[in-house]
Amino acid sequence: MLMALATRTDRRPSTIRTLWDSSVGKKTVMAVTGLIMLGYLVAHMAGNLKIFFGPGDFNGYAHWLRTMGEPVLHYEWALWIVRFVLLAAVILHAVSAAQLSRRDIKARPVKYVHKRPRASYATRTMRWGGIILALFIVWHILDLTTGTVHAGDFQHGQAYQNVVGTFSTWYGNTIYIVAMVALGLHIQHGFWSAAQTLGAGSRNRDRLLKTVANVLALVLTLGFIAVPVAVMTGLVS
Amino acid sequence: MADTDYTRYTTGEPVTDTKAPAGPVNERWDTRRFEAKLVNPANRRKHTVIVVGTGLAGGSAGATLAEQGYHVVQFCFQDSPRRAHSVAAQGGINAAKNYRNDGDSVHRLFYDTVKGGDFRARESNVHRLAQISVEIIDQCVAQGVPFAREYGGLLDNRSFGGVQVSRTFYARGQTGQQLLLGAYQALSRQIGAGTIEMHHRTEMLDLVVVDGKARGIVARDLVTGRIDTYFADAVVLATGGYGNVFYLSTNAMNSNATAIWRAHRKGAYFANPCFTQIHPTCIPRTGDHQSKLTLMSESLRNDGRIWVPKAKGDQRPPDQIPEDERDYYLERIYPSFGNLVPRDIASRAAKNVCDEGRGVGPGGQGVYLDFAEAIERMGRKTVEAKYGNLFDMYQRITDEDPYQVPMRIYPAVHYTMGGLWVDYDLQTTIPGLFAIGEANFSDHGANRLGASALMQGLADGYFVLPSTINDYLARNPHTEDVSADHPAVQETVADTQDRLNLLLSVDGDRTPDSFHREIGELMWEYCGMARTEDGLRTALARIPEIREEFWRRIKVPGTGEEFNQSLERANRVVDYLELAELMCLDALHRAESCGGHFRVESQTPDGEAARRDEEFSYAAAWEFGGTGEAPVLHKEDLVFEYVHPTQRSYA
Amino acid sequence: MKLTLRVWRQKNADEPGAMSTYQVDDISQDMSFLEMLDTLNEELTLKGEDPVAFDHDCREGICGACSLVINGDAHGPERTTTCQLHMRSFSDGDTIDIEPWRASAFPVIKDLVVDRTAFDRVIQSGGYISAPTGTAPEAHATPVPKPDADYAFENAECIGCGACVAACPNGSAMLFTAAKVSHLNVLPQGAPERESRVLDMVATMDAEGFGGCTLAGECATACPKGIPLFSITNMNKEWLRATRKSGKR
Repeated sequence: MLMALATRTDRRPSTIRTLWDSSVGKKTVMAVTGLIMLGYLVAHMAGNLKIFFGPGDFNGYAHWLRTMGEPVLHYEWALWIVRFVLLAAVILHAVSAAQLSRRDIKARPVKYVHKRPRASYATRTMRWGGIILALFIVWHILDLTTGTVHAGDFQHGQAYQNVVGTFSTWYGNTIYIVAMVALGLHIQHGFWSAAQTLGAGSRNRDRLLKTVANVLALVLTLGFIAVPVAVMTGLVS
Repeated sequence: MADTDYTRYTTGEPVTDTKAPAGPVNERWDTRRFEAKLVNPANRRKHTVIVVGTGLAGGSAGATLAEQGYHVVQFCFQDSPRRAHSVAAQGGINAAKNYRNDGDSVHRLFYDTVKGGDFRARESNVHRLAQISVEIIDQCVAQGVPFAREYGGLLDNRSFGGVQVSRTFYARGQTGQQLLLGAYQALSRQIGAGTIEMHHRTEMLDLVVVDGKARGIVARDLVTGRIDTYFADAVVLATGGYGNVFYLSTNAMNSNATAIWRAHRKGAYFANPCFTQIHPTCIPRTGDHQSKLTLMSESLRNDGRIWVPKAKGDQRPPDQIPEDERDYYLERIYPSFGNLVPRDIASRAAKNVCDEGRGVGPGGQGVYLDFAEAIERMGRKTVEAKYGNLFDMYQRITDEDPYQVPMRIYPAVHYTMGGLWVDYDLQTTIPGLFAIGEANFSDHGANRLGASALMQGLADGYFVLPSTINDYLARNPHTEDVSADHPAVQETVADTQDRLNLLLSVDGDRTPDSFHREIGELMWEYCGMARTEDGLRTALARIPEIREEFWRRIKVPGTGEEFNQSLERANRVVDYLELAELMCLDALHRAESCGGHFRVESQTPDGEAARRDEEFSYAAAWEFGGTGEAPVLHKEDLVFEYVHPTQRSYA
Repeated sequence: MKLTLRVWRQKNADEPGAMSTYQVDDISQDMSFLEMLDTLNEELTLKGEDPVAFDHDCREGICGACSLVINGDAHGPERTTTCQLHMRSFSDGDTIDIEPWRASAFPVIKDLVVDRTAFDRVIQSGGYISAPTGTAPEAHATPVPKPDADYAFENAECIGCGACVAACPNGSAMLFTAAKVSHLNVLPQGAPERESRVLDMVATMDAEGFGGCTLAGECATACPKGIPLFSITNMNKEWLRATRKSGKR
């Protein structure tokens, strides 16, 4: 195999090229984009919890999202920047994941006859969990951002009412809760995994990283699920 | 017992080492390197050198020759060069660095090795080995071999095998593995650079000799079964020892004697074939299914006490045998060295007590190695830190906890000091054929000291051969390529093919392993730890019968044109069946006891080995005479100018 | 012990394979797993059938030749090599499934024998320190802190058996590659090639068709030598460092 012999090339490809061509590089892309999305989710969840302070606070917060950054930025610019960054992160994360998954599946063309469960549940659900989350994001945007598939009467600027609308349907609750459980599992392995990919893990730091991953997963899942549960129980209406 | 034809060997012209320069022993290596002709660096690429084997000797030689600019074609039968059996060496590697400032020197290592070899090795070679030992450590450290270090960051040393200085460098119990990986990585670097053409899963089956010179090999691709010829300007055999002739040994399952035996058949003399090292601390066999024996590092004898019950056939478990009914026989017989006597002496003593019916464990083939006293003295924690990995290995194999119950150990074949006869340049009696590492006979005499095998393999491969082979290549410049049509080549290929075809066509009723076991048991019985004239004659009468039966009853399924492990094994047994005969003959002719060779007839009044220097101070180099036909003995007289032969005493 | 063995049989790389069932009797608890297979092969040979091909050599757990997936586990139920696995780990009447390492980078040669030369090519691309014979300085010229030496040793223990690839759900060779990178990159002697080593070895690993790492941890669980999963973390760190540095040149 000549490929392996050609090791001493004079010029190395650019950093971007090296990153994108390598399985380790693609994992790095996934780790960085994953952490960006994780940071966003923490803010998103914190914002969501404002729903417990009533429609005024919540709708005011929703409106602020559009005006933040002013007067330096124009109306909604900051929001669009966030959306753009998130979109790029989602695309890079998903494309890397898809390409890596294809490579992984190709690397084991013949399966073992004797099967046994391998690895933890969170690890095994990364791929399916990721796909569930991707589909959820699409539904979530169509439901609560554009209102395209919203169950009842979608009104721009009335975030509180829209949220209550969504969680007043059984399927709205089901989709959301399933997705948030998937999210928790995804973060539990994903956060720890990103730390390893970025070279931040070590034997001494492992317990800390695993604890942070578990706490993040738990807090985000519970924080997000709190809203539909509150609507279902009538705490928010 | 009557002589067989085979035992009526003749004695031919003495063989002499013409390459070792005269003069003071410590200057000979420099002198030789200066006198050796060199090959112009620009011309080296035109010279092809075949290296067979990728252990410490072969791996280091291949890498170094390629670094020098030669075109190297290298072979191993394993799937990767990294698996050569050097990987299994545990203890360490000696070097006269004197880092401990404990009185060590090149001269002391030289002296210890000549004495340890029971005065049957060449002084010139051994001195060179001691000189080079220090360079080996430098080389390995530069390659990243992770030797054990002290807290200050400097290399750690320990004393090993009863030597009184600490000159052994080690990497936990995996020194061989780490040194081999160093050589493998150097080799890989050259393979990656395209200067070595590596053929893995390819086994040498014969040597190509054209006009009296080694010009290539015949080898079989073990995956496709294809038999090919490879040509070169010189051939280096680094194929290891032949201990597997005993079937049960500490060698790897696939270690074999085919390369050196085929070279011997083609004219290379075989020296001191009977010098076999039997290691005292191996895990005893558990039953007939046993396929190999596992060594436990010799270091265990530093703290463990060896004993057997005083009474014959005492079946009580060890903890029920009271102290005064135990015989700590090594401490009793050798009060000054106790449990630390050299390997050959410890092995023979174990055999003696077992022969008396006092052995322990299944079949009475074992003695206790007891750590109870050590645990009491140092505490379990300290014992665990020192020997934990060995205790774990023991427990995995035997399912017994050595912290609770004494270990059972028994001697096993470990190393062969004999091998192809080579001169100071490591060249055999076939011009252009070199033998390095355990495959040659050069440095250990009749007994090898602990931690010296790794030293010799790497000395030969990194430093000796690359400085001597150029002399041959410069004097025999590459003029014309050997063609596959040459009658000598065609004959060798046809012989190989015929041999394999015959093995496949007999279609008998016995497996290759059953013959291997049979010859192994015979050798262990008669050419093992203690040898007698009667026993050796019995074996010599029996071997031709087994050989005849082999060719009548061997069964090898499958074909030659595929991956066929039965065929590989059967073909190796063919050579064991001839080599065994030469080993017995050599043991028969050497009517003295020395080192690993103990002739019952030659003992001191206290039952110790008695060397007979007046008659046997020579290396016995045997010239092949035909299968089952008497070989010719060529003696190389050994001259001791610096270390004067004395009878070893450990009492 | 009496056992039922279901063994992957495949004549050569090109023909399809399948599981075949064999019965073996009179198996002793003290036998190693490979000695149990030896027993089966002796019987098959006498019956004129093709014995089961499997790689093995030292049978001491150090050469890394043996390579069987036993009941779905690389090297079987104990944390050791197949050659050091003993039959006392099984019970009378058990059915045991024996399969080869499965990875596209390790194609089957015959039965349970696979081609692991991809590992050699990974090493050839940078898994060494360039120290041509004769160039070495005095061994004590460069002290190595003991923790670094121990770390290097821990990673150098890899026997190159390929259990990590066999156990990984993605057939990834990250643990193998990481062990060598971690061994050599921590040593002062390995520093001059620190960046090129990790970049080249990872590139070759990818080119050989091994899968990517999802940090499932199966490799480190299967590794008979206990190479830690954190070696992969360390290699990632080395790789990122090398990528950054080489981008600046």
